[in-house]
Amino acid sequence: MSTRRLDIEEIGDVTVAKFIDKKILDETNIQIIGNQMFGLVDEDGRKKVVLDFTNVEYLSSAALGKLITMDKKVKAAKGKLRLCAIRPEIYEVFEITRLNKIFDIKTNQEQALEGF
Amino acid sequence: MPTPEQFEVTIPSDTAAGQAVQERIVNRLEELSFPARDVFGMRLALEEALVNAIKHGNGMDPDKSVHVSCRIDDAMVRVEIEDEGPGFDVSDVPDPTAEENLERPCGRGIMLMRAFMTRIEYNSKGNRLTLEKARGTGDE
Repeated sequence: MSTRRLDIEEIGDVTVAKFIDKKILDETNIQIIGNQMFGLVDEDGRKKVVLDFTNVEYLSSAALGKLITMDKKVKAAKGKLRLCAIRPEIYEVFEITRLNKIFDIKTNQEQALEGF
Repeated sequence: MPTPEQFEVTIPSDTAAGQAVQERIVNRLEELSFPARDVFGMRLALEEALVNAIKHGNGMDPDKSVHVSCRIDDAMVRVEIEDEGPGFDVSDVPDPTAEENLERPCGRGIMLMRAFMTRIEYNSKGNRLTLEKARGTGDE
């Protein structure tokens, strides 16, 4: 039994999943977070998902891998995924890896919910 | 000027042990008031480098170790990470930002290390990595 790594909130038909961890680095941790994230689509059948990065201070390439897989899962389920509240250092990681091109990234949760 | 800190440590092929080394180095940079971006970059580079050494280099083999040597002074941090694996050719790693690779979930670690460090270099065998970060101005 692993502890909850995502705070889940339902706002209308949108699921907002906020990462609890400050550091999404350690492999085991990333595995657990990945599984909880995938469960939103695979088990709960949620189609509109916002991932909120307010708490996240560090993120490794392994975590980026999970986000890419999540994006694919949501797209395969004909849903939509948005990322929000990413601090500048982390946004730089997305820019360096050009992942800002594949993810729909919004400044904050309000913007992420707008017209979703 | 504080005296440079130098240490060598050998850790098992276990990511938790890698985390401990990472903490030690990052804490020292914070004590020396390195800019936040340097600390961020160093933590990220160490995470990527140690996970690569433990997972890809040593294949998580409990009989293999990772050797870390580190030198930190007020202006520069230099870390060498050596695994006991067969090594690899860094030029064989596909470019993760190429259009065809953009949606592949792996292959971004080396690119992030390059972006955040002043210099990174692999030995010819590919089992020893040197990371160097010169103190930034704090306003990049």
